[in-house]
Amino acid sequence: MTEPLIEPQHIQCENLDQMDQVWTRPETLIDRKLHYCPGCGHSVAHRLIMETIDELNIQETTIGVAPVGCSVFAYHYMDIDMQEAAHGRATAVATGIKRVLPDRIVFTYQGDGDLAAIGTAETIHTINRGENIVIIFVNNGIYGMTGGQMAPTTLPGFVTSTSPNGRDTHTMGYPLKMAEMISVLPGAYYVTRQAVHSAKSVRKAKKATLKAFQYQMDGKGGTSFVEIVSNCPSGWKMTPVESNQYLDDEIFDFYTLGDIKLPPKE
Amino acid sequence: MSEKLLMKGNEALAEAAIRAGLKGYFGYPITPQSELLEYLSHHLNNRGGSFLQAESELAAINMVYGAAGAGVRTMTSTSSPGYSLMQEGVSYIACAEIPCLLVNVVRGGPGLGTIQPSQGDYFQAVKGGGHGDYKLIVLAPDSVQEMADFVYLGFDLADKYLMPVLILTDGALGQMMEPVTFPDYDVEKNKVDHSSWATTGKLTSRSQNVITSLHIEAEKMEDINIHLQKKYKTIQENEVRYEAINTEEADIIIVAFGLVARVAHKAMENANKKGLKVGMIRPITLFPFPTEILLTLSEKVDQFLVVEMNAGQMVEDVRLAVNGKIPVDFYGRMGGVIPQPSEIVDKLIQMDSSKTHSK
Repeated sequence: MTEPLIEPQHIQCENLDQMDQVWTRPETLIDRKLHYCPGCGHSVAHRLIMETIDELNIQETTIGVAPVGCSVFAYHYMDIDMQEAAHGRATAVATGIKRVLPDRIVFTYQGDGDLAAIGTAETIHTINRGENIVIIFVNNGIYGMTGGQMAPTTLPGFVTSTSPNGRDTHTMGYPLKMAEMISVLPGAYYVTRQAVHSAKSVRKAKKATLKAFQYQMDGKGGTSFVEIVSNCPSGWKMTPVESNQYLDDEIFDFYTLGDIKLPPKE
Repeated sequence: MSEKLLMKGNEALAEAAIRAGLKGYFGYPITPQSELLEYLSHHLNNRGGSFLQAESELAAINMVYGAAGAGVRTMTSTSSPGYSLMQEGVSYIACAEIPCLLVNVVRGGPGLGTIQPSQGDYFQAVKGGGHGDYKLIVLAPDSVQEMADFVYLGFDLADKYLMPVLILTDGALGQMMEPVTFPDYDVEKNKVDHSSWATTGKLTSRSQNVITSLHIEAEKMEDINIHLQKKYKTIQENEVRYEAINTEEADIIIVAFGLVARVAHKAMENANKKGLKVGMIRPITLFPFPTEILLTLSEKVDQFLVVEMNAGQMVEDVRLAVNGKIPVDFYGRMGGVIPQPSEIVDKLIQMDSSKTHSK
């Protein structure tokens, strides 16, 4: 990360008792060593969700759905009830939960292979029904867990293990802008694209996440969709710093950050 | 007990599901089970449950996974091609040990096949269906009354053993109309407490509930498999159901399930009028299969005849049960054709005479 986060218990300070505590691990984020690669955005995305759950005091009413992909073990870190979905089916599972427990807060946490390739139908129809859930979509433009294959979101020309000469749009198609696509659906209530590669972007992503969960609690509209454009240093064959730089230099030109659809003003 | 009603099999099944406390139904249209979907779309939301027409069978089974994971009575229904599409989800649900009710109103295959009744999905139903080592409890009704009765039984068994229960029926039983009465069933009394595992929101008083079928370490995954196999063994020992007719004096025993059992029953009666000694075993649970009674009967009778609406699937389980002790013959029609009683009688006469001849 460009601005490393330091755990407070690691700070050696004689006057610690007299200092104000300004930062701590969210209570619902389980204190366990993360399995993610160094520099990966997943851990920050996890943290933002759990901060949100703490702040809204919804641990007892929240049910999360984990995907297949690098975040398949999300429930190892999120101290809430969770269900592990098959690849691409997270929003269908979430739909099932929400339909029988409408007073609970339900969210999915999905990668781009999961949400934008194998689960495209489930994604579109869940949002088109306006299921009152939150979808957290972590888009790093690659299949990380299986070893760096081309994803539906991979940029043209980008080299992966299944596009060794770079993504050729003539034979491999174009990167899919899911957030823009689903924003035209009436069931999409709030659609935003955020990042977690800098302190500034983390703060913005946190606000967006908080809003999305708040909208679900208010229960006025449909699906809230928070895309987090993340890096994948291992899959991209870059250092964490290089991968964050690459986000700024290349990725955000294509995946523009910011709100894409806001709830209608009352 | 309700008054006697005249209903289609699919509708009777749907009505029974509501009376059994169905909270979540997720389905997709496919002939010949669409009446089930339609009936529940009309009635479930007004009677305490939630109905949703999914975008595919794939989505439907995963909605079932979600809703059943929340610990409430959940079901889906489909027909053969749709059931194939559901196998991914069924495998996950079986591994994660989630109770739910599945219904396959079978039609003739393979492929898109026909919309006529068939038993071609027997292997898929009783041997697992999807990837990995798992089984479902499979119930095979032979009447509209049983289409209703097995819903209650199915939900109770699913709750008892924490696994999917499949009602394997066919297009004819789904479409035919017969009188049916609904038993008195106390939903509250039969409710099973699933709070120890269901994902309903983590209370501060307990640790998190996680539903998953992912266990990366081989030893852990083997433990899960050993646990599942133990459960299936318990089920094999305790939940076998079958109907035995005329087995005392019989030389030949017909083994048939579902719709074919009714045709076979008529054939048995006609053959006995002609002086043959024919009895019948109708497996009601296809898993657990009534192996023991078949083995016992193999000591007493001369031959078995398995009749099915497929190329010969259950016959393999009968042969396994009998283990070569006596001949097990087969008669089947395929592709959606229902055998006539006379065809089965002809087969029985042929079997009987060949036996006499060989003596």
